[in-house]
Amino acid sequence: MSFRYEVRLSGEGGQGLVLAGKILAEAAAIYDNLNATQSQSYGPEARGGASRSEVIISDDDIDYPKAVNIDLLLALTQESFDRYSTDVKPGGIVIVDEEVVKQAVPGNFRLLKIPVTQLAREKAGRALVANIVALGIIAGISKIVSENALKMAIGARVPRGTEELNNKAFQIGLDEARRLIKDKIIEKPGK
Amino acid sequence: MKNSSNTIEIISGNEACAMAALAAGMRFYAGYPITPSSEIAEYLSSRLPQYGGVFIQMEDEIASIGAIIGASLTGVKAMTATSGPGFSLMQENIGYALMAEIPCVIVNVMRGGPSTGLPTLPSQGDVMQARWGTHGDHQIIALTPNSVRESYDMTIRAFNLSELYRTPVILLLDEIIGHVNEKMTIPAAEEYTIHQRPRPASTENYLPYKITPSGVPPMADFGTGLRYHVTGLAHDETGFPTNNPDKIQELLLRLDRKITQNSDDIIEVEEYLLEDAEIAFVAYGSAARSSRHTIKLLRDSGIKAGMLRLKTLWPFAEKQIAHYSGHIKTWFVPELNLGQIAHEVEWAVRGRVPVFKFNKINGEPINPNELHQFVKETLHV
Amino acid sequence: MFDYNYYLRTSKMPLIWCAGCGDGIVLKSLLRAIHKNGFTKDNVVMVSGIGCSSRLTGYVDFNTLHTTHGRAITYATGIKMARPDLKVIVVTGDGDATSIGGNHYIHAARRNIDLTVILFNNQIYGMTGGQVSPTTPRGKKASTAPFGSFENIFNISGLAIAAGAAFVARTTVANPVQVENYINKALQKKGFSVVEVMTPCPTTFGRRNKAGDGVDMLKWQKEHSVTIKNAETMDPAELNDSIITGIFVDIDKPECRAEYQKVIDQLKK
Repeated sequence: MSFRYEVRLSGEGGQGLVLAGKILAEAAAIYDNLNATQSQSYGPEARGGASRSEVIISDDDIDYPKAVNIDLLLALTQESFDRYSTDVKPGGIVIVDEEVVKQAVPGNFRLLKIPVTQLAREKAGRALVANIVALGIIAGISKIVSENALKMAIGARVPRGTEELNNKAFQIGLDEARRLIKDKIIEKPGK
Repeated sequence: MKNSSNTIEIISGNEACAMAALAAGMRFYAGYPITPSSEIAEYLSSRLPQYGGVFIQMEDEIASIGAIIGASLTGVKAMTATSGPGFSLMQENIGYALMAEIPCVIVNVMRGGPSTGLPTLPSQGDVMQARWGTHGDHQIIALTPNSVRESYDMTIRAFNLSELYRTPVILLLDEIIGHVNEKMTIPAAEEYTIHQRPRPASTENYLPYKITPSGVPPMADFGTGLRYHVTGLAHDETGFPTNNPDKIQELLLRLDRKITQNSDDIIEVEEYLLEDAEIAFVAYGSAARSSRHTIKLLRDSGIKAGMLRLKTLWPFAEKQIAHYSGHIKTWFVPELNLGQIAHEVEWAVRGRVPVFKFNKINGEPINPNELHQFVKETLHV
Repeated sequence: MFDYNYYLRTSKMPLIWCAGCGDGIVLKSLLRAIHKNGFTKDNVVMVSGIGCSSRLTGYVDFNTLHTTHGRAITYATGIKMARPDLKVIVVTGDGDATSIGGNHYIHAARRNIDLTVILFNNQIYGMTGGQVSPTTPRGKKASTAPFGSFENIFNISGLAIAAGAAFVARTTVANPVQVENYINKALQKKGFSVVEVMTPCPTTFGRRNKAGDGVDMLKWQKEHSVTIKNAETMDPAELNDSIITGIFVDIDKPECRAEYQKVIDQLKK
């Protein structure tokens, strides 16, 4: 039986969510040899405004390239959490940036409150790499793509000279995921 | 190495289109920036000069299509890309290219309209404009890819058809196909055939608009020694304007015939799970992706569904739809417009079986869950 | 030996132009200038739009392209960018180039692309029956200005100068030698060159405005032509009813296609 895994990365323009989506898709499709599609929707603004990026990962052909029943939602703003959590399938995972997402939304999903941007700012030294921290977390808790594939995809995509910073950010995300599993906030992912 | 053949990449439909144009031998691009097509121009602005080709950003879309027609007359394969508002501006000169039989490819990455409409959101609202946007009786070729891979393949096909039939060809992407990133293996050059326009075999008695059995006259490149006249006015075989009713009729019928008599070559459809299907979709572009997902949902719930997918939108696959009507008990036509192609399907079916349309015009794609629901409600199951 | 017939498609004669029309004078001047420059017929592309003057391309034995209204310069731009070795000449009129095609005209000048534009200014839409054009003088009648035009006119040469053309000159068909000389210079210019030629339309302009026949209108042109030099010393009010003639601009500046070639060559390294 083939699988289809849907990820939506949401927040606002300028947070690097489109890039993060592309990296995730490339990790799955090029380095893990699965199939993947990535798409985005965006407003007319180059910075600010709602932004979302979707990645569908499968071991089969992907018919519809957009999310229908989301397995994992990342919401970096309150607005994106409010708007998209209803699209998450029962038992799906929602990661919110707890620094900015204060209002809870009820739903049949597993909510993970993580200070994604704060981790990037304080541990990696740049808030800009919150998107890569998020990829580390996703890799650690979902195992939908391998750590190695993501590392290679990040290396291939990020601007030259920022590899070290981004690797560090990715590791911070992975460590955070390990902590969540260790503290039994979320179970260890199966294959 | 990026963009070399047989590498696996995650690229968008727009990027695939631009890459394929280069592979097809396109060496002249003129365009005007417009969302959601600009990635095509951006890609080619950096690549074309590396191939010794020309990229120029013109002052508007009218100038863009004028420039590609001019360039094509010198023998180079040329294209432009745009979206709805720019496509509207191009219509007069699309008619010129049809009338004067100058090969060129026009890509329209469809966004929501009318007017400025929805610049960043998908639509299939320009399909009738592609058919009848320019004035006067004419045939047109329009192709509708439904994936990144098909954007690549159909861009090459668009150039081939344009060259073979000496006619403008319209490639209709919708915003979803233009912007979605998908996994694709870049094909090697030997995996596809590239056609060139018919050129005169000799310089003796050259008639630029000669009546040939195929309907397609050989075309000489400007500046190579065969001087002739090109006009958008009704003309005779010599290319000069004429008011002779017989000559006018002869020209217009030949232009019609060169497409209609070759429609079996031009029209391509995909027959998806139609053998045992009782209901089926007629769909194209991103709506076909939604349909394919929906077919799985329907089959899971015991409904034998299939799809006749239109890869060539114009000329219309009337014969294919008629063929399956009867065997297919109910047609569903999902579109990101208010039923522009559904009316064509109804005409092809001629009342033998019911045709239901499912339409979306709010800038959102067709969600397979909604379409699934709609089909079940319509069938009362 | 120069022979007009060598450059003409005589089988397409007679011309559609009316008796007294000045367009034939421009045609002959253009052919003399082309001959003087030694261009071969195979290497000349002549592109026109819509209107009386634009019908010229049907009568000359070059690579000829009769395009849509106002768009000749866009087609010519495509040809020049694709085949920079060809001599590309645009034949157009006041309505074609500055009304419906005005944007292309100014952008071609801005780019300084190597095209020579022969702009026939007859101050009216002649072919379609004498409608008002952007150069119909205020007060003059047209079929769509029955009480006289109430609008200001375009200074066609001034427009090209402001937009960046490398060569701009104006003359009248009353002075055919000057028409030939200016076209000759324009053809030699590497860049965007414009020769604005005032040409009378007795049929749709002269008749309505009591300007007489073609000969009367030529006489009027002759009497009202003022050289740039003389114009400088005159009161602007005196020049209201005058045609200022001469070469306004003749400069060398980076040309569009040549600059693009530098990009191609740079990438080859």
